[in-house]
Amino acid sequence: MSEKTTHGTPDSPAPRARARRKKATALGGGDKLVLGLMLGIPTLIHLALVWVPTLGSVVLSFGSWDGIGGLEDIKWVGLQNYVDIFTSYPRFWPAFRHNLIWLVFLMVLPTVAGLFLAVLLDRKLRFGRIYQSALYLPMVLSLALVGFIWQLIYQPEQGLLNSILGTTENNPTNWLGDPDINLYAVLVAAAWRHTGYIMLLYLAGLKSVDPALKEAASLDGANAFQTFTRVTFPVLKPVNVVVFVVTVIESLRAFDIVYIINKGRNGLELLSVLVTDNIIGESSRIGWGSALAVILLLISLSVIITYLYQEFSKENRA
Amino acid sequence: MTTVEKARKTPLRPGRVVLHVFLVLTCLMTLAPLLWAVYASLRTYDDTARNGYFSLPESLTLDNFSNAWNTGDLPHYYLNTFVITLPAVILTLLFSSMVAFGVSRFSFRFNLALLMLFTAGNLLPQQVIVTPLWRLYRLIEVPEWISESGTLIDSQLGVVMIHIAFQIGFCTFVLSNYMKTIPHELTEAARVDGASVFRQYWQVILPLCRPALAALATLEFTWIYNDFLWALVLIQTGDKMPITSALQNLRGSFFTDNNLVAAGSLLVALPTLVVFFTLQRQFVGGLTLGSTKG
Repeated sequence: MSEKTTHGTPDSPAPRARARRKKATALGGGDKLVLGLMLGIPTLIHLALVWVPTLGSVVLSFGSWDGIGGLEDIKWVGLQNYVDIFTSYPRFWPAFRHNLIWLVFLMVLPTVAGLFLAVLLDRKLRFGRIYQSALYLPMVLSLALVGFIWQLIYQPEQGLLNSILGTTENNPTNWLGDPDINLYAVLVAAAWRHTGYIMLLYLAGLKSVDPALKEAASLDGANAFQTFTRVTFPVLKPVNVVVFVVTVIESLRAFDIVYIINKGRNGLELLSVLVTDNIIGESSRIGWGSALAVILLLISLSVIITYLYQEFSKENRA
Repeated sequence: MTTVEKARKTPLRPGRVVLHVFLVLTCLMTLAPLLWAVYASLRTYDDTARNGYFSLPESLTLDNFSNAWNTGDLPHYYLNTFVITLPAVILTLLFSSMVAFGVSRFSFRFNLALLMLFTAGNLLPQQVIVTPLWRLYRLIEVPEWISESGTLIDSQLGVVMIHIAFQIGFCTFVLSNYMKTIPHELTEAARVDGASVFRQYWQVILPLCRPALAALATLEFTWIYNDFLWALVLIQTGDKMPITSALQNLRGSFFTDNNLVAAGSLLVALPTLVVFFTLQRQFVGGLTLGSTKG
């Protein structure tokens, strides 16, 4: 926790000091080369393996290709892949809807719960650290593992949930097999893991709220609830943006848990599953998979740009 | 400090009692799925088959753990995982600290653009790049001793590389924020004393970044250890899968013996749980370092 305070707002140097520094860091030839390599090699790796494939997805989405032959086998089909996906691919709209439900669910339940718990724990409290540890714990498990662990709870005849509800005997609810409810069952498990993360983010945000603000509010006669809604919450705006971005990205990435449970079928289709099916499934349709990937890309870029704007516009001002 | 003393002296207020009761219940509910898995893993197949899982145990045993360990061939998969995770974590930290050093210590025109590129890249859903990457890996030829397939596909090197490329983004972002708080006078003094750029990086800045590096190492270890998708797509031989992706194979060979699956799952979770309990401060610190910057 102590790190947090050490990287508060860095003193912005006076313009003159900055000019002086520029002169002081004029570089010799050898140093220039070393610095070029230090920046160049990682940038090259990142570009080659992240951004080149991203562009690749965009380009390949306009073609039809089985990915087995060479590049010359690509048949360029224009927007046909997109048209087909939107109009005649039965799995697309359900997957899209499931991703949307995923997003809304995570945006509401873990966010509210995480914020609430963070507010409760943001005070001098006996056993506070123990509570925090317990609530953080699910965060370290992979979503794949979360899938395994929650299967023990959701099994129709032997699971914990039906045992508690007393419905194991006749016609037990098949939490993960019934396409009407399995998405929500999975979402509860995903939210279980997500809440701790959100709480952590808000807790860090709350710690950086100036206590003097809250004191002033209570001196002015505000009650705890008013202090929170009028004073604390507005100060948390940057954290809210981070929570928003994290939740959207997490919802778009969701894959492991549904893949573990039933390979993302029968009510658990997600965009990520459709993309992956085109390479590890029986048919490899590169153009098709890429078009789906581009749809994911466009959604995520809108959020990423929002985030970059908030994060780096501060830097420009400084 | 005075508030703490006061709190100790005054008897517990009813509000506090309600708060503690609520928090204890919430924590128990949070831990319940894991505790349930632990409970199931300690019981025998015969016991649960006869009495169901929602019952008191006839006996408790550790046999499921040794069974999962042996039938699931867990040591082999642990090894696979560490062959991927350790180089990936170390190289990610090395590369990202170099970039962070460059952008935080020197003012180039493209500093901001570079940082934004890394940050944006790290936020992309993996599925956006997985299809072309999969094809790209089949094009890149590597010597036989690195990968039997002759290309990067189906090689652990390929998985290590994509982890590095992907995770550099987050670490660069965090480390550059951290390095900006280190006074410029330090590197200037080193420069005046004739230290090269590399020495300024290696001997002045890096040692000061130890807390941030420790936090990131903890976090990256957990994330890369937990990876499921990259290995699933990029590795085709089940034998080479890391442990998280190999979980599926484990279930296949376990039939419906849930007790064994529970034990196997817990064994797979064990390294991350150990890291969490021993390095929780670093783990939490790493995540907050990335989200709040003054």
